[in-house]
Amino acid sequence: MKKLSENASNKNYEEPKETFGAILAQMKLSSLEILPTLLAIAAAFSAGAVLLLITGYSPIDAYGAMLIGAFGDKFGIGQTLTQATPIIFTGLAFLLASKSGLFNIGIEGQLIVGGFAAAIVGIYFEGLPAFIHVPLALLSGALAGGLWGLIPAILKTKLNAHEVITTMMLSYVASYLTSYLVNYPFKAPGWVAQTTTIAPSAELPRILWPTQLSVAIIIAFLLAIAIHYFLEKTKLGYEIRAVGFSPMVAENNGIDVNRKMILALVISGAIAGMGGAGEIMGVHRRFIDGFSPGYGWDGIAVALVGRLNPIGTIFVAILFGALRSGSMTMTRSVGVPLDIISMLQSLVIICTATPTVFEYFTKRRELK
Amino acid sequence: MIELSDIVNLGLFAAALRMATPIAFASIGGVFSERAGITNIGLEGMMLVSAFAGAATSYFTANPWLGVVAAVVAGALCGALHAIITVRFRGNQIVSGTGINLLAAGLTAYLCQIFWGSRGASASVQGLELVSIPLVKDLPIVGSIIGSHTPLVYMMLVVTILSHVMLFRTRLGLRIRAVGEHAAAADTAGIDVYRVKYISVIASGVLAGLGGVFLSLSHLNLFSWGMTGGRGFIALAAMIFGRWTPLGAFGASVLFGLADALQMRLQALGLLPPQIILMIPYILTVAVLAGVVRKAIPPSDYKPYVKE
Repeated sequence: MKKLSENASNKNYEEPKETFGAILAQMKLSSLEILPTLLAIAAAFSAGAVLLLITGYSPIDAYGAMLIGAFGDKFGIGQTLTQATPIIFTGLAFLLASKSGLFNIGIEGQLIVGGFAAAIVGIYFEGLPAFIHVPLALLSGALAGGLWGLIPAILKTKLNAHEVITTMMLSYVASYLTSYLVNYPFKAPGWVAQTTTIAPSAELPRILWPTQLSVAIIIAFLLAIAIHYFLEKTKLGYEIRAVGFSPMVAENNGIDVNRKMILALVISGAIAGMGGAGEIMGVHRRFIDGFSPGYGWDGIAVALVGRLNPIGTIFVAILFGALRSGSMTMTRSVGVPLDIISMLQSLVIICTATPTVFEYFTKRRELK
Repeated sequence: MIELSDIVNLGLFAAALRMATPIAFASIGGVFSERAGITNIGLEGMMLVSAFAGAATSYFTANPWLGVVAAVVAGALCGALHAIITVRFRGNQIVSGTGINLLAAGLTAYLCQIFWGSRGASASVQGLELVSIPLVKDLPIVGSIIGSHTPLVYMMLVVTILSHVMLFRTRLGLRIRAVGEHAAAADTAGIDVYRVKYISVIASGVLAGLGGVFLSLSHLNLFSWGMTGGRGFIALAAMIFGRWTPLGAFGASVLFGLADALQMRLQALGLLPPQIILMIPYILTVAVLAGVVRKAIPPSDYKPYVKE
């Protein structure tokens, strides 16, 4: 009797392959998956159009203004790429943790502490030549972000505390902690909660005058390629993916699962921290309280829509960067509230969360 | 000179019970969803949408009770969305929850701007009146803690007990637990697995909705941007700390409510910079998850179930 029910359970449950990490690890960018991705984006924009109509705006005007704002001229393109830069970093950060099966939703916090650390190193390590100061500040950002990722990693592996809750809570802590620091000990004179500007030797050069686009985007591109190579071609990258695919199988094959998870979350935090550093050193040139409008959340969306592929992430990040830069034009000329973009993003996430929708409808058609 | 009694007194415990209310509602919602095998990290967003729906309805009708109804409906709709994605289409539960959280943040800010011209906050709205329990309020100590509150606080206490009884003493409760523990076996025993999952996740949304509307119609009497402030996630921690039982979740919520109440008092006293004090509930949540729940065993493996 017992055996029978065990058999039944084996048949009905989709065995370990259905774990979260496995689903994510399996995702690869292929021609087959580009179509559902495009469909998901189209579905999200259609839903957004309905909402625009209900609230009294013309979707054609709104999306048109968005498109022109994002790609219409050199300035628009520069703005789009500027906005895309931190999102590439956060997207890669989310992707890397996901490959080990961890859901790092605290990227926002890791980005913020990274930005803060870079600002401090940029301000107080004066007199260094730029070729030392710039990497030093970037790496400090990565270090701070990595440490912010280490805390939930240790809590997860040693104490079984779910990373979704701890990373989220630590995001709030990061936000309040840096807010305290920049409102009190490190506050520049004046009424704005910000530090003084970083030394010119720590600035990332800008590459498309008059926009704020800096070489951070080149670092982001290189990082994406490096991560692609790391995950596909190195033993460590393979082991991290194996852990995400099935921790149990990985364990049985002699992989130290906990170590790999810790490593993945620390690297993830470090990438996010470096993204924050790039934003501070390239765009703002000082730490400003609340400088991130939600780049960490954009990163989650971008990585998921990009099917956890580093190169796919770049493309989707540019699309989301265009949403951010185009929405400014849209708000100015059509008057649509800026928050339409976070709705579009979340709709894309929801649509990509349900890959079987497409299966469902195609199968139905076949049955008919 | 500030005395300790200015901070720790009966009023603090009354405030703790008040601030436990939104967390307890959402946390018990989490219990229902997880007991049926669906992780619900969208509680935060469901609370936020409901807080907004409640405030908007009360603003346009001047009737806060209609606001509560609207919040319940909004919560149910969010729950239904999560259920359709995760049960029907077997979408990833955490991705769906994250999507709902982001959608809630964007949608409420968008509509807030359309209704009131500001994404930061709504106009102030008619909130729920306080009620006093006749005999209880005159009791010493107990009276000052539970004697006089908004109706939602009492509703939360009733919901806690009813949920606990329902989950552990009724057929539906047994079914919910069976579906979460072993969906295939439940199916074999003739339980409609999908239906039970739908009911549980929608119930979870309804409860999160009551928690959300507490914030906009009993706590502040307005809607403000991101007013849930991570309480949906704290509720998840409370659910785990409470070992996935309604009574346990309530107990844990009171602890977090106490931290919230303490945080507010300390802020009012102005001894420390507000940012430092605001960190307390979040650090406490991490500490609780790290320290106490080491051996917490989830009631389900949360795998999607495929009907044969």
